[in-house]
Amino acid sequence: MRKLLTALGLFSLCALAVAADAVGATEKQATNWHAIIMFCIFVALTMGITYWAASRTKSTSDFYTAGGGITGFQNGLAIAGDYMSAATLLGLTAMVYTSGYDGYIYMLCFFAGWPIILFLMAERLRNLGKFTFSDITAYRLDQGRVRTMAAISSRTVVCFYLIAQMVGAGQLIKLLFGLDYNVAIFVVGILMMVYVTFGGMVATTWVQIIKAVMLLSGGTLVMLLAMNEFGFSYEKMVDQAMSVHKLGERMMHPGSLLADPITAISLGLGLMFGTAGLPHILMRFFTVTDAKEARKSVLYASGFVAYFFNVIFFMGLAAIIIVGQNPEYFEGGDISSKLIGGGNMVAMHLAKAVGGNMLLGFLAAVAFATILAVVSGLALAGASAISHDIYARVIKKGTASEASEIRVSRIATIILGFVAIVLGIMFEKMNIAFMVGLAFGVAAAANFPVLILSMYWKGLTTRGALWGGYGGLVSAVCFVLFSKSVWVDVLGNAAPLFPYTQPALFAMPIAFFLAWFGSTTDSSARGKSEIEAFDDQYVRAQTGYGAAGAAKH
Amino acid sequence: MSSAMYERMRDNPKFQELVNKRGRFAWTLAAIVLTLFYGFVLIVAFAPESLGNPIAEGSRWTVGVTLELFLFVFFWVTTVIYVRRANTEFDTLSQEIVRDAWKEEK
Repeated sequence: MRKLLTALGLFSLCALAVAADAVGATEKQATNWHAIIMFCIFVALTMGITYWAASRTKSTSDFYTAGGGITGFQNGLAIAGDYMSAATLLGLTAMVYTSGYDGYIYMLCFFAGWPIILFLMAERLRNLGKFTFSDITAYRLDQGRVRTMAAISSRTVVCFYLIAQMVGAGQLIKLLFGLDYNVAIFVVGILMMVYVTFGGMVATTWVQIIKAVMLLSGGTLVMLLAMNEFGFSYEKMVDQAMSVHKLGERMMHPGSLLADPITAISLGLGLMFGTAGLPHILMRFFTVTDAKEARKSVLYASGFVAYFFNVIFFMGLAAIIIVGQNPEYFEGGDISSKLIGGGNMVAMHLAKAVGGNMLLGFLAAVAFATILAVVSGLALAGASAISHDIYARVIKKGTASEASEIRVSRIATIILGFVAIVLGIMFEKMNIAFMVGLAFGVAAAANFPVLILSMYWKGLTTRGALWGGYGGLVSAVCFVLFSKSVWVDVLGNAAPLFPYTQPALFAMPIAFFLAWFGSTTDSSARGKSEIEAFDDQYVRAQTGYGAAGAAKH
Repeated sequence: MSSAMYERMRDNPKFQELVNKRGRFAWTLAAIVLTLFYGFVLIVAFAPESLGNPIAEGSRWTVGVTLELFLFVFFWVTTVIYVRRANTEFDTLSQEIVRDAWKEEK
């Protein structure tokens, strides 16, 4: 296995190098060797970590949760890393660049879920869960059916989120290497498969931590250099930005992205409760030793996230003048035409403008690392939903050996990798921050209601959980499918069947109602015993007695 | 995990104390965050113009940006407040509950 890993690692390095060579001839822009070298250093470093992690990944607990031995601070960085994806760095900078203040509103919506997760969920998640969040929803309910439902909705969220990450990756590498978009997607997909299949959660966590540190420092540096051009004066920067921005003074008003109240409220709901329903984030709560560390994780994670969002806001504003007024960054050298590399490349152009090729190379390596790390976390969450929930618990009913469960998980990772590649190619033209918004909407409607009810509401029965879970999932997916972004923009129909772009406001009440209705009308004996089982679950949730402990190494 | 252990813990008056104290504390903080956040969202939804006004005549700091910056900081401060109390007072209490239940078992 180790030989195979080394071979694969070398293969991907070679692929990168060859690709970089091949590009020189076709691209007008000079190949950026700084970026390529830093890419390669990162890949080599993370391959080393994966190699080390592979030797420590023996049990299912190692594979899914790094043996439960991650500290609160490490996990906080890793959660922040999971959360600050390429969509955050590229998509939100671009959103501030094009829409001004709207981007900042988006960021607060992304952030506001964290305190709520801490107050209402973090310790119960840690006290009740083991590997996946379905461990909690299925705690006192019918294992087979509830886990199947949770696994399906997990994978739906993972797929939406993967699209956003893959599209970001493709565009980024295309710009830097001049690589064909499709080839770039393959490189990311294959590297991700290597990390997750061999290194499991140990490798994924460390890739995430390294990347979070790189992202925080890289972003801060770009922001400081950019602010320096305005003498560190926010007022001066905004003043200049308003004078050149196409929206003018309106730039600092809530605007087109949140044109109507329904969209604004729906977005707020979706982003806040979606955070609390993302499988790859929830999974991170099982990697720490106890509830105390779980709380600390959120404390650190939310601090880093809040800080970084503000950095992004300043970067986006600065880019309006520094990038937006420089013909060098536009196709054909005309600032009224398209940005080179597409709208999501604002952050990269800004790095080049303030710090030259060296900083561009660094930030590009950071963005690449970000994508790989987030994609790996997603793949692990998606794969564990298949191997732990479906294979080990539903098909084998808890009799599967650890070795076979890990094997299934690895196969599932590889399949997911290919799915990600295909989806990435299909959705090339989407705005990636927007795709993430959709993933959150589905997470908020399909995962969150059943999860929170299973922890807080005694009356939830299997029937209610299934109705609520499937109801939320189907309605959220349909609302997205029939909205303008898919029905019109992707499928080419004339008019959307559902007038709003954000599903949460409509799909969440449907899920809660169905869960309530399904449970209260459930008079089966099974339902009664499930309600009685809540009392013991409640004590465990409160005290942590009986919680899955950290594996000893 | 024996159900008897859970029953003993549940009957311990300290358990009710923990549940009540922590519940009240967590829900109060959650209510504050939710009210502020959705209050903000409602302003965005129904009175977006008010967010674009400057905080003072001639200033480039708008009400919206200033308010949001405050919310970012304030929300994080609430997490600090919760973690400090939960990791000391509440955790001690819950450890005592588990210890008491073990003592009875013996």
